[in-house]
Amino acid sequence: MLHNEQLQNILKRRAKLLANVRRFFSVRNVLEVNTPILSSAAPTAPYLDNFSTRFEAGSDSKVLYLHTSPEFAMKRLLAAGSGAIYQIATVFRNGELGRQHAPEFSMLEWYRPGFSLTELMAEVDALMQQVIGLPAAVIFPYRDLFAKYLQLDIYQADDVLLKQIALDCIAGLTADWQTDRDGWLEMLMSEVIEPQLKALEMPVMVTEFPASQAQLAKIEINAEGYQVASRFELYAGGMELANGYDELCDATELRQRFEHDNQLRLQQGKPQMPIDENLLTAMQSGLPQCSGVALGLDRLMMLELDEKNISQVQGIAFIES
Amino acid sequence: MASYSTNEFKAGLKFMMDGDPCSIIENEFVKPGKGQAFNRVKFRNLKTGRVNERTFKTNESVESADVVEIDLEFSYSDGEFWHFMDPSSFEQYAADANAIADSKDWLKEQYVYTVTLWNGTPLLVTPPNFVNLAVVETDPGVRGDTSGGGGKPATLETGAVVRVPLFIEIGEVLRVDTRSASYVERAKKD
Repeated sequence: MLHNEQLQNILKRRAKLLANVRRFFSVRNVLEVNTPILSSAAPTAPYLDNFSTRFEAGSDSKVLYLHTSPEFAMKRLLAAGSGAIYQIATVFRNGELGRQHAPEFSMLEWYRPGFSLTELMAEVDALMQQVIGLPAAVIFPYRDLFAKYLQLDIYQADDVLLKQIALDCIAGLTADWQTDRDGWLEMLMSEVIEPQLKALEMPVMVTEFPASQAQLAKIEINAEGYQVASRFELYAGGMELANGYDELCDATELRQRFEHDNQLRLQQGKPQMPIDENLLTAMQSGLPQCSGVALGLDRLMMLELDEKNISQVQGIAFIES
Repeated sequence: MASYSTNEFKAGLKFMMDGDPCSIIENEFVKPGKGQAFNRVKFRNLKTGRVNERTFKTNESVESADVVEIDLEFSYSDGEFWHFMDPSSFEQYAADANAIADSKDWLKEQYVYTVTLWNGTPLLVTPPNFVNLAVVETDPGVRGDTSGGGGKPATLETGAVVRVPLFIEIGEVLRVDTRSASYVERAKKD
């Protein structure tokens, strides 16, 4: 437990941060919204685990999932013509507990109809500069980071080479480690490249992720003719702070991605998740082209207060809850 | 044998790795991007003392190690084994040369040491941070020099050699920091 004085300081800084965020969006005419935390559907992402609970009402009883982000519900509002919206929500992710992870945390998520990914990145950068005084971010395509820090061309390298480099560069990784191509890329990114980004001492936005890591972003052809995800991640202070997409608006393709995720879950012996039919229906009726981003507010607090552990910025931490 | 899953990992946890008992120094939960989570673990091999790193998949499990630390009194050495006794139960334990390798310069009869037992056998003997030991050999003292500058080697009753101020004489009892093998002060008389 924090000392009273520490706790009071955290509460004040947190309230100030939230007030500044709200002012930022108010000036820009982005509407604050609240969406349900409980849903009968859930994201299918293979490495994202829900908390679930039961609604008890006789014959109407059913399983409900606590949201891992307000994304699906906010997209339904966008399809209904809400215009630009933001939300500050507590979100829940099962099993994630560590220095930078808490099973429940605050997320700032916003959507900008009509914005390109580049325009949204500029807005994220402006928010970071205004709200916590970070310097302007530098932008690196995913491919350039691997070329710069690992002398590796990810479009040419096969999985065997990726594994070899991971084993060479990462202490503690054993030869029997098994994962897929994206697993190796993510391992190299988090264990080798991210520590070097931290050393740059400025925020970094990574763009042009491999198409296989598109999640809910559009896939496009980049200047070199490769398929890439129209997606960015913001890193600062050695942490992943935000994840943004040029949102996929094609309901048919989204359903295929959900089903593909559920196949991966099945292969890994994990439960398949109920697909959000309400989202797909809303998307069919017409989700406007938009860009959206989710930003971890606790990590933003960690950055502002120079704290190394998320439990130090949450007031009452998960392990004390 | 009991086992631990990665979500039970924390500093101090004792587990088996490649046949040796180990103790976790640092455990970090890592979730790269949107990918599979893993634990980056730094641990000490309690047999060799070496520090290693290992990456575990989240929910992977390891076998627990039957490792406990107890306080035992040093009794005597027969040249092959160093014998310790539990002052409350009078139970005897014999430590081999490996177990006392880092502490043999500080073993004095009737002093209490922290002994790490693995499956009931001493694995490691750790001396207290500070011990009081008599000087058995050193150059004659220089009277009046209490500056502590310079210094000279002194051999202590356990065989340890530490640098001491010039004014220290044979027979004096010194307080010594075992972690750095360094002189702290003259021991206070009881």
